[in-house]
Amino acid sequence: MSDANGNGHGRLTLTAKDFRTDQEVRWCPGCGDYAILAALQSFMPELGIPRERIVFISGIGCAARFPYYMNTYGMHSIHGRAPAIATGLATTRPDLSVWVVTGDGDALSIGGNHLIHALRRNVNLKILLFNNRIYGLTKGQYSPTSELGKVTKSTPMGSLDWPFNPLSLAIGAEATFVARAIDTDKAGMAEVLRAAAEHRGSAFVEILQNCPIFNDDAWAFVRDDKEGVNRIVLRHGEPIRWGKDGEKALRQLPDGTIEACGADEDGVLVHDETHEEPSLAFALSRVTQATHGGTPVGVFRNVSRPTYDEMMADQLRVAEERRGKGDLAELLHSGETWVVS
Amino acid sequence: MIVRFAGDSGDGMQLTGAQFTAETALLGNDISTLPDFPAEIRAPAGSLPGVSGFQLHFADHDILTPGDAPNVLVAMNPAALKTNLKDLPKGGTLIVNADAFNERNLQKAGYTSNPLEDGSLDEYQLHKVPLTTLTVGALKDVEGVTPREAERAKNMFALGLMSWLYGRPIEPTIEFLRAKFGAKRPELAEANVKALQAGYAFGETTETFAVTYEVKPAKMAPGTYRNITGNQALAYGLIAASKLSGLPLFLGAYPITPASSILEELASYKHFGVRTFQAEDEIAAAGAAVGASFGGALGVTTSAGPGIVLKAETVGLAVMLELPLVICDIQRAGPSTGMPTKPEQGDLLMVLHGRNGESPVPVVAARSPSDCFDAAIEAARIALKYRTPVYLLSDAYLANGSEPWLLPDVSELPDISTTFATEPNAGDAFLPYLRDEQTLARPWAPPGTPGLEHRIGGLEKSDRTGNVSYDPDNHDLMTRLRAQKVAGIAADIPELEVDDPDGEARVLVLGWGGTYGPIAAAVRRVRASGRKVAHAHLRHLNPFPRNTGEVLRRYERVLVPEMNLGQLLKLVRSEFLVDAVGYNRVRGLPLRASEVAQAIEALIDHE
Ligand SMILES: Cc1ncc(C[n+]2csc(CCOP(=O)(O)OP(=O)(O)O)c2C)c(N)n1
Ligand code: SF4
Ligand SMILES: [Mg+2]
Repeated sequence: MSDANGNGHGRLTLTAKDFRTDQEVRWCPGCGDYAILAALQSFMPELGIPRERIVFISGIGCAARFPYYMNTYGMHSIHGRAPAIATGLATTRPDLSVWVVTGDGDALSIGGNHLIHALRRNVNLKILLFNNRIYGLTKGQYSPTSELGKVTKSTPMGSLDWPFNPLSLAIGAEATFVARAIDTDKAGMAEVLRAAAEHRGSAFVEILQNCPIFNDDAWAFVRDDKEGVNRIVLRHGEPIRWGKDGEKALRQLPDGTIEACGADEDGVLVHDETHEEPSLAFALSRVTQATHGGTPVGVFRNVSRPTYDEMMADQLRVAEERRGKGDLAELLHSGETWVVS
Repeated sequence: MIVRFAGDSGDGMQLTGAQFTAETALLGNDISTLPDFPAEIRAPAGSLPGVSGFQLHFADHDILTPGDAPNVLVAMNPAALKTNLKDLPKGGTLIVNADAFNERNLQKAGYTSNPLEDGSLDEYQLHKVPLTTLTVGALKDVEGVTPREAERAKNMFALGLMSWLYGRPIEPTIEFLRAKFGAKRPELAEANVKALQAGYAFGETTETFAVTYEVKPAKMAPGTYRNITGNQALAYGLIAASKLSGLPLFLGAYPITPASSILEELASYKHFGVRTFQAEDEIAAAGAAVGASFGGALGVTTSAGPGIVLKAETVGLAVMLELPLVICDIQRAGPSTGMPTKPEQGDLLMVLHGRNGESPVPVVAARSPSDCFDAAIEAARIALKYRTPVYLLSDAYLANGSEPWLLPDVSELPDISTTFATEPNAGDAFLPYLRDEQTLARPWAPPGTPGLEHRIGGLEKSDRTGNVSYDPDNHDLMTRLRAQKVAGIAADIPELEVDDPDGEARVLVLGWGGTYGPIAAAVRRVRASGRKVAHAHLRHLNPFPRNTGEVLRRYERVLVPEMNLGQLLKLVRSEFLVDAVGYNRVRGLPLRASEVAQAIEALIDHE
């Protein structure tokens, strides 16, 4: 048997088709969610986990329809609560591979509390946040990732909220695995998903997703970046370079911040996703198109820490070793008893 | 005999009361207790809000309540006297710590003159005992304890004195003290033991206490007993339900008074395979329990008023998912934060109706501390058999109150095992909403079952297939099916029993949940006065027992006493068109048997 993280021996010969359901997919034409679904369906067989041991749990939103289209076990739950529900499942069933699908509103607005706590506990969950920087399902209000000044139906004069950077938030919440992928970048997404699946504990993946109806081209600069001039692809152990001919690079300043520089300049940063201290990954998460002229994708942080479900199982095991398997009659008769005849 | 200990929160009154209870239980008296403590962990010392009390009722016959008014009040300081004296009937015994009646304390309690000297207590049997001085004096040779620790042992001195007065053995307390402090601070254990013994000896040698009281053992059903609080019994009931169903127990909870001790209790039973999850909030706690249920565990969440409100959306999800879930609401006085440590029955209509849409949820209520055990098993039984969330109602009074519990024979507890789906149920296909014809429950196929992969969710489902559906007739059908399923549970619960000894009563008292003790005691009083009255008490509030309407219509008048403004009353009137009347008190205290009795008598005499 393979374990829940997909370290199976590939005995299963499933294909992408095996992961499709008979339900009609109901996203708008051109929605980035289609590409993500296709990418996941073709990636899943690689995990070597039988379908019955995979579970997708979502909240509410366009993104959250996802479980209906995956031929695994699944639950389309309530707005924002998927990480909490998945925590209960993953803690009682460490044999399962549990995936959470959520949107920027679902994960960062109503469900912000559950997200940060699932991450800090390091529950064995793979959390995929489809970030379209808008509320899709409710037809186009601004979201916690919309840029300041965003004009939407609920913000005719522009939004007043400073946005969240989902990766910075996750790193601040003590996440052990943090990554970013792009909906249309199938190969890049598969790489990130593979690493997430192999990670024991919670893995947080932001997927830049286009909503052509309410927020078209929000990510055009990296999504449609055919020549790859705006993508900064992070590869563990390699210097961080990008640009048309790899002429640009990143380096870290003594104060910890990161700046763009020429690829041939001194001090080009070599990516270390396993750095224990979260500050490096955090500094990388602050690198954006607006501030640095490029958008990092790939794995930002990947460190290991005991997982919540393993530690809980351990406590149960130790308690049983120390006290023996619980006996109900003994429990009821514990404490002071007396007999009436 | 009803004894109340009252003192500052820091005076150890709960411990004193609990130990007096333990000594009394061992003598074979029937007992009922009511701790009463402030919500603030440390209100200012000596202040009125800082007063903590513990009332104990014990007798040689079986008793039903912690008692209305104490016969004996032990007051450790002026604030305790001030807040409790109004409950002590004239002629009652009053034992005060005279040392604490100094100017500062009198002022903090709002006394302008010293009640021990101004004659205002002349109508009571007042015993002024310098508890602090006597305790410190008794401990002057004990080494290794600070003067402050010596002074704090005065509660043990008081306990020693009361133990002598009522002929209680102090040995169990000595053992308890040695076990509690022995390992780390043997000298502290000895100091407390010494204070206890000194108090006992003081009773023997002083002439102030002319009489000692002997209360003979009660005539109780034969068997093995222990003393138990409601929350402890509820925790044991959940563990029992896990054993009896063969499913691992998962508890999601966020700390809240008066429910927290269930989480704490269950957290210490990991060797029973119990997983406790202290969540980030009540929503997550309920959500995690639903997740665990989806995975094939017995998912439970515990909370009280403000936390239960937060769970509403998740309970609605469980209604739609048709998965088992037990939600325990340990009711406290509301609205909002209300009075967190005080009981009320204010949540009945909320748990029945406080969700969006037509969202039926079965409701089970416990009637006494030890009954929380059986009620928990029953709630789990219904949840598992009918794949539905079930509310289990208790309250702050049951949660912290205690009574002797005749321990059940484990082999006679009900079998509540359930089966998971393992095979397709429609040819090659698995239809997750294809119902059992009898129970209308849907199949439960936890992830990991090959071939039964399926998706569920909060969107309306197609009958049988469980696929998302907006079809108008389907929604109508599904709404009715969910309602029918819950209504059908009536066939699977006992009929409402009526206590009407000679069948001649014309007035019925109908209660539910935690008011059982006071109502039953009131009924006894009424009968002792030669009047006839019937009593029925509901455990199931949704659905009602199938004979409820018939029982109600058998009587000319129906009185519904509740610790709310008439919630069951409203249900009874609308469901059964019965012109019942209420007796309602929301003082954050259990109903008083004497007052319920008066209300019953007034109704009988009016007929
Ligand atoms: C408790 C609750 N509040 C509000 C809603 C309405 N609602 C549904 S989805 C949504 C926002 C979804 O945005 P996002 O998570 O970004 O998902 P998207 O549709 O963009 O994929 C809102 C506000 C709801 N379903 N439940
Ligand atoms: S509204 Fe936007 S996010 Fe939602 S389905 Fe349509 S395109 Fe996709
Ligand atoms: Mg969105």
